Amino acid sequence: MIGLVHYLTLAAILFVIGVYGILTKRNVIALLMSIELMLNAVNLNLVAFSRYIQPDVLTGQVFAIFSITVAATEVAVGLALVFRVYHDHHTVHIDKLNQMRW
Amino acid sequence: MDELSYNIAFYILAAMTVASAIGVVTKPNLVHSSFLLALCFIGISGLYVLLQADFLAAVQILVYSGAVAILIVLGLMLTQRSSMENTNQNSGWRRGTLLVCGCLLLVILIVIGATPWHYSSAPAAQDTPSVIAQLLLTDYMVAFETAAVLLLAAMMGAIALAKGGKEE
Repeated sequence: MIGLVHYLTLAAILFVIGVYGILTKRNVIALLMSIELMLNAVNLNLVAFSRYIQPDVLTGQVFAIFSITVAATEVAVGLALVFRVYHDHHTVHIDKLNQMRW
Repeated sequence: MDELSYNIAFYILAAMTVASAIGVVTKPNLVHSSFLLALCFIGISGLYVLLQADFLAAVQILVYSGAVAILIVLGLMLTQRSSMENTNQNSGWRRGTLLVCGCLLLVILIVIGATPWHYSSAPAAQDTPSVIAQLLLTDYMVAFETAAVLLLAAMMGAIALAKGGKEE
């Protein structure tokens, strides 16, 4: 019987894959992709809670909708920033984008 | 849907989602990564269907696979000069990162296993779009309008950032 624990485990695996991507990738757009993976894992958690803890009120699904909205704006602004950085520095490699380090 | 086919569907979709997510972070070519990301989003929308969240499944395909993944591909094409080979490099210390991520996964799984969940046996809400619309325009009215303002602000901010003003 597939239950809440299965969905939570799957979401945990997806989230950890996203964390791994964030920590190892060296291209800004790859970092954005990893962030999207983590946000999707959280949305999956919200929907699974909504289905198994309170299936009659859809609060979890409404939360997931707001989360999707914020994720969409995040990727739009993030990509605009990437374009700007690429325009100014001609690279999206984060090891070379270290002017703000000190 | 009877239980056996539900289980089979869950495991197929879960395997597809996890495999494509692993592909996203391990493929050396960023274009492959972004298409695998779209596949991963489609797998998650299938899981939403299994969770009887049909409206969210549609939104997931529209917004994530349709908009976010394509936007990322566009961003890739505009910021890579030469070939796409080897654009998705890893940093040096992969082993330490794997260890950290494994520990994180272990902790999350232990917490999931140790938490006493209070399941509800009520049937899932049917016809979710109308219920969600009702909720959005009554209980979550303020949050809904705030999300609209956020979208507008993000749109203007993205245009301003990407276009770039004159620095006097």
